[in-house]
Amino acid sequence: MKNLFKSNAVIMLVFSAVVLTAPIWLDPIGANYPDLLQKFAIFGLFAIGYNILFGLTGYLSFGHAAFLGVGSYTAVWCLKLFTMNVFLGVILATIISGIFALAIGFISLRRSGIYFSILTLAFAQMAYSLAYSVLTPITNGETGLQIAADDPRYLDSMLGITQQSEGIPSTHFFGFDIKSMDGYFGFYFAAVVLIIGFYISLKIFRSPFGLKLRAIKSNQTRMTYTGFNTKPYLLAAFVISGMYAGLAGSIMVAIDPLAGAERMQWTASGEVVLMTILGGVGTLIGPLVGAAVIKYLENIFSALNNSELTNIFSWLPEAIQTATVYIVEPFVGKGWHLTLGSAFMLVVIFLPGGIMEGFDRVKNLFGFGKKKSSSEGEAK
Amino acid sequence: MNKTMLEIKGVNKTFGGLHALSDVNLQIVEGETHAIIGPNGAGKSTLLNCCIGKLIPDNGSVTFNGRNMIGMPPHEINHAGMVRVFQTPEIFPDLSLMDNLMIPALASRDGTIKFNPFKSMGKEKNIRDEAMQSLADFGLEKFHDQHAGSISRGDKRRLELAMGLIQHPTLLLLDEPTAGMARHDTNATIDLLKSGKMGEMTKVIIEHDMHVVFSLADRISVLARGHIIATGTPEEIKDDPKVKEAYLGEEQEDE
Ligand SMILES: Nc1ncnc2c1ncn2[C@@H]1O[C@H](COP(=O)(O)OP(=O)(O)OP(=O)(O)O)[C@@H](O)[C@H]1O
Ligand SMILES: [Mg+2]
Repeated sequence: MKNLFKSNAVIMLVFSAVVLTAPIWLDPIGANYPDLLQKFAIFGLFAIGYNILFGLTGYLSFGHAAFLGVGSYTAVWCLKLFTMNVFLGVILATIISGIFALAIGFISLRRSGIYFSILTLAFAQMAYSLAYSVLTPITNGETGLQIAADDPRYLDSMLGITQQSEGIPSTHFFGFDIKSMDGYFGFYFAAVVLIIGFYISLKIFRSPFGLKLRAIKSNQTRMTYTGFNTKPYLLAAFVISGMYAGLAGSIMVAIDPLAGAERMQWTASGEVVLMTILGGVGTLIGPLVGAAVIKYLENIFSALNNSELTNIFSWLPEAIQTATVYIVEPFVGKGWHLTLGSAFMLVVIFLPGGIMEGFDRVKNLFGFGKKKSSSEGEAK
Repeated sequence: MNKTMLEIKGVNKTFGGLHALSDVNLQIVEGETHAIIGPNGAGKSTLLNCCIGKLIPDNGSVTFNGRNMIGMPPHEINHAGMVRVFQTPEIFPDLSLMDNLMIPALASRDGTIKFNPFKSMGKEKNIRDEAMQSLADFGLEKFHDQHAGSISRGDKRRLELAMGLIQHPTLLLLDEPTAGMARHDTNATIDLLKSGKMGEMTKVIIEHDMHVVFSLADRISVLARGHIIATGTPEEIKDDPKVKEAYLGEEQEDE
């Protein structure tokens, strides 16, 4: 249908514009610094991929951080062994984490529901513990895996690319230094990958494959009596989401070339679940919104302190100002988890569809709401 | 005489101590509409479950078009051409009615597995048209973009019937297709199952509503407490003393 194709293009145009101009429109809320912007893009990518499993099929994995870790380690090893061009690492990390996801998914998907979740959790914790113990030669244990000046970088030396300056070389993308433009190049690099990742997710959402995944979520038994072998579909969704995680992990490395096992801990897996639910499970951009909100709270709220609060509320009369600061203070700084927790509870109780449901309600309130056929899906 | 399409031989199924099916023998002949009747709890649904792979009988054989069905996974049985419409509506409640019909249509086209993550659903014009036509046949087109979970029970039953028929099965197994429908809808369903291609399709139909049974069935089998006690034409069954006894006896017990 012409119509749908058009709307695909429109969605991509709007999405790209919004993402690429983020440094401008995020400036007023103090989020315009490369470090945070990069996190938005990386965790957004992670969550968008995770949503292909959790959002479409309803299978709740508690182990996806393991794939992110695998991607990170792979990418660092590529930098050490082959080339400082991050391109190779990004590709290989996506492939290798996909292979890991294939193996872990194959076993975990023998069960469904809570047992599936527990199996993924067990695998991820195993990966995390092994990274600290047996696998130290690969992961460098607690110190984390880093690049060094005397790494072999066979591909670079074969091509005769040598380091101009002494010391630890920096990552680049076909000659463009990732750290250039005060780190904004790193953001744009991640943002472009995010846009590609979003496009793939959009395609999947609107494909027969995506429809079948949603049908599995709705009534898996019925799918089997309708003539579908559901396991391979679930495994495919699992592998795709694992590859997104690995990709996200490799982008982290491209920007900051080190990898540590804490990236694989179950709390990191839990975080992507929170992001997805907070933003809106099964919606296209909900997970990205959720990721941005959580990273924003983590970075901005946790940095606020008493004197900054006093500043923010300085327009209030003295007595009220003191009282406000007194009330707000526990929610910021070290207490930012309190904000996250309350926000999460409010969303789950009042907006089970996440922040995206909130947007939809506001939209309908003002009468912009258009009915859409559900196969074309989910809230933009 | 037409050839036998589905052959059930010596099937037993127990649940704990309960004999749900005892030595059931049944032949479904190509082209016929075969009704299975019997009191509640007689084992009618259990018999269908044994055919489509939901349950595995303790012993006995189920052969469909010469192929052994026992141990075959449900999705392959579907593609062998045997399709079941469930007693309690088994639909996709979170998807639109349109999607509910496109899924079985896709299954028939794509087979048990086909990955097409980059194909656009919007370009699936044939599937879409087929689904829309089917909704129209069942008078459900006005709900096409509503969630299937939100329509009435009778409409869900019709939706499920449509989901079965869109797969063009060789053998359609219907478990109480008109239960929960208003009289008017029941009659419409009877007409639909009698007319055109649907009328020629081989069908097994479980029903309590005798009006439906006698309007549709070429042959009837009576199941009581897991035993087939009679099989024959509607006239034969009407006059069969054993059948009368089974129904009467059952009713007296119920009271
Ligand atoms: N999965 C199961 N586990 C245990 N018992 C079962 C199971 N399925 C059915 N039964 C029992 O087997 C007997 C036959 O049930 P079945 O559903 O086949 O009856 P039915 O003839 O379809 O009745 P109805 O007309 O009420 O649909 C009943 O006593 C039922 O309780
Ligand atoms: Mg029954």
